[in-house]
Amino acid sequence: MTGLFARQHLLAIAPLSRQEIESLLDLADTYVALNTQVQKKRDTLRGRTLINLFFEPSTRTQSSFELAGKRLGADVMNMSVTQSSVRKGETLIDTATTLNAMRPDIIVIRHQDSGAVALLADKVSCSVVNAGDGAHEHPTQALLDALTIRRRMKRIEGLTVAICGDVLHSRVARSNVHLLNKLGARVRLIAPRTLLPAGAETWGAEVFTDMREGLKGSDIVMMLRLQMERMAGSFLPSTREYFHFYGLDKTKLALAKPGALVMHPGPMNRGVEIDSAIADDAERSLIHEQVEMGVASRMAVLDALSRQLPNDPERRS
Amino acid sequence: MSARTAIVNARIVDPASGFDGHGAILIEGGAIADIGPRLFNDAKPAGAEIIDAQGHVVAPALVDMRVFTGEPGAEHRETLKSAGDAAAAGGVTSIVVMPNTDPVIDDAALVEFIKRRADTTAKVHVHPAAALTRGLKGEQMSEIGLLKEAGAIAFTDGDRTIASSLIMRRCLAYAANFDALILAHVEDPALAAAGHMNEGAFAARMGLGGIPPTAEAIAVERDLHLLALTNARYHLAQISCAASLDAVARARQRGLKLTCAVSAHHLTLNEQDVGEYKTFAKVSPPLRGESDRVAMVEGVRQGTIDAIVSSHDPQAPETKRLPFAQAAYGAIGLETLLPAALTLHHEARMPLIDVLRCLTIGPANILRLPCGRLAKGAPADVVLFDLGAPRKIDPADFHSHTKNSPFVGRLMQGRVLRTLVGGKTVYAS
Repeated sequence: MTGLFARQHLLAIAPLSRQEIESLLDLADTYVALNTQVQKKRDTLRGRTLINLFFEPSTRTQSSFELAGKRLGADVMNMSVTQSSVRKGETLIDTATTLNAMRPDIIVIRHQDSGAVALLADKVSCSVVNAGDGAHEHPTQALLDALTIRRRMKRIEGLTVAICGDVLHSRVARSNVHLLNKLGARVRLIAPRTLLPAGAETWGAEVFTDMREGLKGSDIVMMLRLQMERMAGSFLPSTREYFHFYGLDKTKLALAKPGALVMHPGPMNRGVEIDSAIADDAERSLIHEQVEMGVASRMAVLDALSRQLPNDPERRS
Repeated sequence: MSARTAIVNARIVDPASGFDGHGAILIEGGAIADIGPRLFNDAKPAGAEIIDAQGHVVAPALVDMRVFTGEPGAEHRETLKSAGDAAAAGGVTSIVVMPNTDPVIDDAALVEFIKRRADTTAKVHVHPAAALTRGLKGEQMSEIGLLKEAGAIAFTDGDRTIASSLIMRRCLAYAANFDALILAHVEDPALAAAGHMNEGAFAARMGLGGIPPTAEAIAVERDLHLLALTNARYHLAQISCAASLDAVARARQRGLKLTCAVSAHHLTLNEQDVGEYKTFAKVSPPLRGESDRVAMVEGVRQGTIDAIVSSHDPQAPETKRLPFAQAAYGAIGLETLLPAALTLHHEARMPLIDVLRCLTIGPANILRLPCGRLAKGAPADVVLFDLGAPRKIDPADFHSHTKNSPFVGRLMQGRVLRTLVGGKTVYAS
């Protein structure tokens, strides 16, 4: 089924082909079905060791990978930076080689610096999954978003997707722009100029600084989390002003296509980038579905990567 | 007051249309209904109040982009009412008031307060400028979007320069987002910190610390490079030296859009006017050397400078009757703006229409106001003045609460005879 995805690592969406992405989504579809059953356990990864190495705190992504690994039968170890020797002065690469010596099969890594996950992937012999590196990429988030959209809308090709908010600091936005473009969606980026990266117009997305304009005719409105620490750096004057001009409320959502759906990678700042009435609207909001699709998408990624591991056939038989 | 007013027998000077000649104006319902050289040649307008200009100049009333008041917080210095009275007496009918008050105008409710107070007390149009950064501290940008919606016409830290290039860049980018106008005071704070007047031989002889023109030029250059990154609506609130003018001209050659203003003080006075530690001549930026003053005059003549401002800044005796170094910066200027600017016509032999351009349509266009022109449908904000009337500047004539004018005792030409706001006379001498 995943014959097309034959990579050792999943580090970014940018290098993937449309076929690779679609094969991962197809595989994820099968895990969505599995996850609704009482018996959710498979032995696809039995005997395998999965390490979650998180240099940045995360509840959602880390537990999603943990559950995905466990449902596939792997042994899962969670390491967060506060417990690791990185705090004691060990370099990033020392940490990686130390972990590699413990012979894990897959390491899932989140790091606050762009490019750090790729750096580690170079130094280990196992598979590496990027669970978010700085403001670079968050490939499994883009996969789960695509899966959510595809299951609800039955397609991605031709849809207009507006990505709104702190694009500058968002790895979610970058991965999504790559993926949605590859799958034929029309992507829009909406942000105040202080939160738009230089050259965003070259990403293959239409750029808007007026949210009302950008929402017109959108099928999907994907809100980004506003990092509260951005306020102190004077990217923005206040949460009050941000919500007034860039917060998604009923009035602004009414400008999108009738029945347009709302997404958010979480965790949400209610009353800052999204109004509670929208976030909690089961008709319009896909936020809970995104979390559900997250586990299935990560199972698909772990499954696909495990098929490339060197000793695969013997171990599984 | 009749609904119709006719100003006849006038020398009409309207820089917006380029017209300078004999004619008449008909005002109806607060707006200019008709204007022309042959208007009323056949018949006097029926039922209209007639103002005979007796051949004197009728021009769009003045627009002053830079006025400090003391309301709220220092009403003894100036209120919106007294500033309005001074403006009307000076032929000025639109003023932009700076946010440097107590509290600072950095909240939408305070913008609304200024508008409401001005509507009920001031004779002229008052447009509040809001703080660009909270508390004018240069650290965190103000709520530019909400403030603009509340009616802030522009954003500025008044007499302060934002020291951090990063914060300034973000402010420019964010303001561009809302098409908000920034009025920038330009002076490198570190270079200027030890000074009290223009740096040079004169300051040195007086034993006063100097502020070099370079402090201004550096701030101008920095902002213009940031402007190239952000494409904001940017206006240099006040420049005072040849180096700044040169930077503006070069930036425009590179295709940058920006505007700039000079104060009437910097067109007519130089550092020598500080004389024997005269604190009324302590202004920011400081009065410069004569060559810089002449450069400013040439900047107006060549059209590099878009607007002339009063930079009206009332200071009470307790902040001025002090040793020069301790005295506050600032000079009043609303009531001397016109005669001071007219020295460019009388002494520097500039065509009257070019001088008036920088006082009317120039600033009105920067601010996107409908006034500053004598066109059909435009607001009937009009000034009637005697171009040549000699006068000695006498503090007893001032309507401002404070009298800190560096022009006191000076001989000037030009007297406002009448000022109209929306067709209604708000000042007549």
